[in-house]
Amino acid sequence: MTSATVDSGRPAGNRRPARSAVSGHPLTRVSGLGLGVAMLWFSLLVLIPLAAVIAVAGSEGWSGFWEAITAEQTLASIELTVFTSIGVTLVNVVMGTLIAWVLVRDRFFGKRVLEVLVDIPFALPTIVAGLVLLSLYGPNSPLGIDIANTRTAVFVAFLFVTLPFIVRTVQPVLAEIDQDVEEAAASLGASRFTIFWKVILPSLTPAITAGAALSFARGVSEYGSLVLLSGNLPMRTEVTSVRIFSSIENDHLENAAAVATVLLVISFAVIVILDVIQRRTVRRG
Amino acid sequence: MSIEIAGVGKRFGDFVALDNVTVSIPSGRLTALLGPSGGGKSTLLRIIAGLERADTGRVEIEGIDATDLPPQKRNVGFVFQHYAAFKHMSVRRNVAFGLQIRKRPKDEIAERVDELLKLVHLQQFADRLPAQLSGGQRQRMALARALAIKPTVLLLDEPFGALDAKVRKELRDWLRRLHDEVEVTTVFVTHDQEEALEVADEIVVINDGRIEQIGSPDDLYDRPANDFVMRFLGPVTQLGDHLVRPHDLQISTTPAGPDDVAGQVSRITRIGFEIRIDVTTATGQAVIVTLTRNEFLALGLDVGTTVHLRITPGSPTTPAGPVPAEVPLEVATSSH
Repeated sequence: MTSATVDSGRPAGNRRPARSAVSGHPLTRVSGLGLGVAMLWFSLLVLIPLAAVIAVAGSEGWSGFWEAITAEQTLASIELTVFTSIGVTLVNVVMGTLIAWVLVRDRFFGKRVLEVLVDIPFALPTIVAGLVLLSLYGPNSPLGIDIANTRTAVFVAFLFVTLPFIVRTVQPVLAEIDQDVEEAAASLGASRFTIFWKVILPSLTPAITAGAALSFARGVSEYGSLVLLSGNLPMRTEVTSVRIFSSIENDHLENAAAVATVLLVISFAVIVILDVIQRRTVRRG
Repeated sequence: MSIEIAGVGKRFGDFVALDNVTVSIPSGRLTALLGPSGGGKSTLLRIIAGLERADTGRVEIEGIDATDLPPQKRNVGFVFQHYAAFKHMSVRRNVAFGLQIRKRPKDEIAERVDELLKLVHLQQFADRLPAQLSGGQRQRMALARALAIKPTVLLLDEPFGALDAKVRKELRDWLRRLHDEVEVTTVFVTHDQEEALEVADEIVVINDGRIEQIGSPDDLYDRPANDFVMRFLGPVTQLGDHLVRPHDLQISTTPAGPDDVAGQVSRITRIGFEIRIDVTTATGQAVIVTLTRNEFLALGLDVGTTVHLRITPGSPTTPAGPVPAEVPLEVATSSH
């Protein structure tokens, strides 16, 4: 799901509607084979497992499915996960763009180090991230900040693991924006703020939305980094992934699958919405 | 005088881009800043626009000291070599940008934009995105966008440099006609002497961060101030210690005066309507003479013929300095 978002999101800045209609050729034998392999691969890895999850979710019938997802504890976990992911993504939209800006536009001591550090949340096994967060913000915090067993812990864990997404999608696009364009706007009378708001930001929107989709999807799926710090308290700090895990442990595979299906639908909806926003901003005018 | 530049200097690190440049650019005219790349002409244009700050000196635009004004306050239209289009905006919104910044009433903007799109022949493309236009169309859009704000001066930085030869020629003619219609003080940067000679009312030749000569195309061609200008603005050849245009040399089979230089025809090349004769003098100097076809036939020259050369009295010559690296003789002569 995530890789599909990157593909559709990144080059959209210079997507040409006129051309996309005529791109693509009728299938030759070789390209037919290529398509076949791609579909088989995609089916094995994505479509069949997803179908299986949905099938399992429906194994108890509609009422079983409905019961599973409307259980109070499940609803609370979905609400927590989705709203925290949205909140974190909004923070990332601002902070990620800002960090990308600093990395592209400013020259300062330690820039190369920061470049590498930004990727650490990518590279770190999430449970290690969880451990780091627990030792830093847990009951024995050297900073005196104890957020263990609170919703703030969930928020912080999400922030940590989703940091790189928008930075990394915005950075290359920002680096490619011509200085010329900003100078043209300046000589037409635009202030620095107007230049950013009317000229630069619209060029970044496709990258920002692509990064936002990745960030949201990662938030919804996060487990390792928060499981230690959040305490997994039902109704309070239990996220859906933890909820799914405990359903399986309690031998309610169909309940787990039902929650998974809901997450699937929500993620899909968010990605579609972001794609629509992105198309709107690109075509506007 | 519309743009007064007084003692402007600019360095980039150790590189001196402009060295104490003083020049007046006349109102309402089309002026070319001509010179080899890296000579400082673009830097001067960017300093006029406020996109670059001069290290020393003053810039005055229409009587207003602009030295410390930011680009936003100078009311100049700037056209870039690579169009600098706002890619996410339609052609119409690109052109309207400056007026929207100035918060003009909606119908005034619409009217002015329509007028400009008509002027640059882009009416039917108003709702396209820049990516859907050709290079020439994009540059016309950029020009309309710059003109929309009714600039005091219009500045163009190698405006046709990214276009192919045919479109460049079309746009060049078109810019000349447009300027006659709009009559805004216009300064454009070019390294193409043909472009400058053909389009400009006035040419400022800039090289190595200094001004070599200022004048009309005729002035520069017929009365070059030094060997650099001579070399840069047209074909040259060297006879003795003088640089001279190949068409300003007289050639005959019998000596006509005491100062004649004798030589032998080493090669005859026909280039369209003119004949190029390569002559090797007694001292071993290779001289080029160009003749019309009729002159050539009347002389009856052949390879190996002994000929006598002299400079047509009254034609421009300059003492031959060292050949500058940027303008090898080949380039200058081949422009014919």
